[in-house]
Amino acid sequence: MSIWGVLAINSITFGGLLFLLSAGFSLIFGLMRIPNLTHGSLFMLGGYVGASMVLAYDLPFWLAALIAAVAMAVFGGLIERFLLRRLSGSLLAQVLVTLGIAFIVADFCLMVWSGDPISVRTPSALVGGTRIAGLFFPTYRIAIIVIAVVVAAILWALLDRTRLGAMIRAGVDDPQMARVVGIRVSRLFTIVFCLGAALAGFGGFMGAPILTVYPGLDFDMLPLALVVVILGGVGSLLGSLVGSIAIGFIYNFGLVVVPELAYFVLFLPMVVVLVVRPQGLFGKQAP
Amino acid sequence: MRVNRRKFLAGTAAIAGAAAFPMPSIAQAKSIKIGLLCDKTGPLAEGGIQMEQGATVFLKSKNFTLAGSKVDFVVADTGSSPAQAKTKAQELIERDGVNFILGPLAAFEMLAISDYVAQHKTPILSLAAADDLSQRKPNPYLCRASATSSQATHVLGNYARKEMKLKRVVYIDSDFAFGYEQGGGFQQVFTDEGGCVVKKLWAPLGAPDFTPYIAQIQDVDGVCQGFAGAAPVKFMKQYADVGLKLPVCGGETAGDDALLPHFGDEAIGMISACPYTIDLKNDANAKFKAGMDKDFQAVPGFYAAGMYVSGMVIEAGLKALHGDVSKPEQTIKALRAVKLQDTPRGPIHFDEFGNVVGNIFVRKIEKVGGKLTSVTQKTYQNVSQFWTYDVKKYLAQPAYSRDWPPVTACKA
Repeated sequence: MSIWGVLAINSITFGGLLFLLSAGFSLIFGLMRIPNLTHGSLFMLGGYVGASMVLAYDLPFWLAALIAAVAMAVFGGLIERFLLRRLSGSLLAQVLVTLGIAFIVADFCLMVWSGDPISVRTPSALVGGTRIAGLFFPTYRIAIIVIAVVVAAILWALLDRTRLGAMIRAGVDDPQMARVVGIRVSRLFTIVFCLGAALAGFGGFMGAPILTVYPGLDFDMLPLALVVVILGGVGSLLGSLVGSIAIGFIYNFGLVVVPELAYFVLFLPMVVVLVVRPQGLFGKQAP
Repeated sequence: MRVNRRKFLAGTAAIAGAAAFPMPSIAQAKSIKIGLLCDKTGPLAEGGIQMEQGATVFLKSKNFTLAGSKVDFVVADTGSSPAQAKTKAQELIERDGVNFILGPLAAFEMLAISDYVAQHKTPILSLAAADDLSQRKPNPYLCRASATSSQATHVLGNYARKEMKLKRVVYIDSDFAFGYEQGGGFQQVFTDEGGCVVKKLWAPLGAPDFTPYIAQIQDVDGVCQGFAGAAPVKFMKQYADVGLKLPVCGGETAGDDALLPHFGDEAIGMISACPYTIDLKNDANAKFKAGMDKDFQAVPGFYAAGMYVSGMVIEAGLKALHGDVSKPEQTIKALRAVKLQDTPRGPIHFDEFGNVVGNIFVRKIEKVGGKLTSVTQKTYQNVSQFWTYDVKKYLAQPAYSRDWPPVTACKA
């Protein structure tokens, strides 16, 4: 089996998962200027909720994924509406609140689901894989690529082709001006936060058959979302997509080519981008 | 998901209630204090909660009375952090004045408190596996009833070569001391028996995806993994995802019985070497398993078993001391002199360094009646931390580390 082939496939699938995680993070960051530190927790909580639906209530995999996404959307909406909005304008307070919620969620998960790792069975239609030209293609991981592409397309259509999307883009570019022309930016905040949370929760559950769900998953994933967004550029969908795939490749190939730099390899491109192009590859110059 | 925290709290509360209930006092009833340091929060909570369950099941079965002494049981959460472990150890020793410490779980926690505990002459029955605590830098107050990191992997190296007939193996583990020591032990014995460790791969703790490491597994006839905590479940899933079918063997944490409900079918066939096995048939293990099931609805693993056995060691030590724990020098001597026949892991005794000599079980994960379970393949009896090596020679060689023993080119 060619090691490089395996790595390339895995880079793209891992990138797909990262995209589900980071697209919402990027939108929230871009629109609200809040680095949402609960994002990793939403990913983990979505995984736990979905896993419970499958394991305890025996629901079909895709229904569980939907429930995980909706549950996280509601949870995210509550956080935005009742906590973050009260603190609007006070960036430091918002960051601290999101961090605090992340700790609370972590402890809550430990209480409810205990410390044991939970693994979700891959849906039976997607078990196994196909061998093409000596290369093993695991079906489920290929499905994740497809899902990520579909989600990216839907998000793109939403942002680029709808009125709501136009308002969100306006909010990202210049929130004050958007308010002046009559866009209810505060409602946009809630919508985007719900959307971002739903994507994170959905991603967490989609990742569960690969990563399993365990205490600590939240803070394993959060830095990755940060890295992707800094690399790709804040508030840019294309940036998240390219950044995710790039991080997927850097992570996979970096660990094999320069194993000595295992702890460092993800953050090196981030540092370079910050120095050379602080707004990220696809980010807009700060106004 | 089998034990949720609510059930757990309810169980613990019931026990606390039972403990508070006035017992018929025996004339001159003595009392002793036992403190448990374990990780109830943080990334190691899975094992930490098992530790508390194991210790609680034992004490409850004795009605919180050991050798005529009433037991006062204090639990402190180390939060998987060395600094907090130190703080909690200080609280236990200086504020609560405990006579024995059970735990902690992780080597980095134990190393943070080892000197402090020795200075305060508090006997400590830890599960932390760091080899040198009972080898090159021994703690005189340590009594370890579980195993050193390499104690079980020495056995695994022998089994992988002799019984699994593996010749060329990749070793993969987390990038920390427990991994290095497990890997070193495996490599030394496996190589001495004529095998070859082709490569050692170290994945950072908290690496979300092991696939980049798994992709490097090639040109071998087997894989040895030493992951701990939740990582073994993740590793086996990702291993199967890449389409690899080579036999996998693992250490005590990699095939821990507590993980059995969480493994998928891809774990079937995995071999592991462990100082405890769920399928050991003796009275103590039957009692232990029944207690874990009754009090916590939990499948016990070796963290819980380690604490249960440590509790038995304290009880036997107290009997020998007639309940007198006023002189710590005598207490630790008595603990290390304990010999037990019927424990959940079979007969045990201790060597001169306070480390256990006992059974190491080599098990295979099989599916029986729709559930995964461990089935013992071979029991190695009276295994010491030095395997079959000469103690002096063994102590003269360097401690197992990231690069020792080094990986050398394999003979054709």
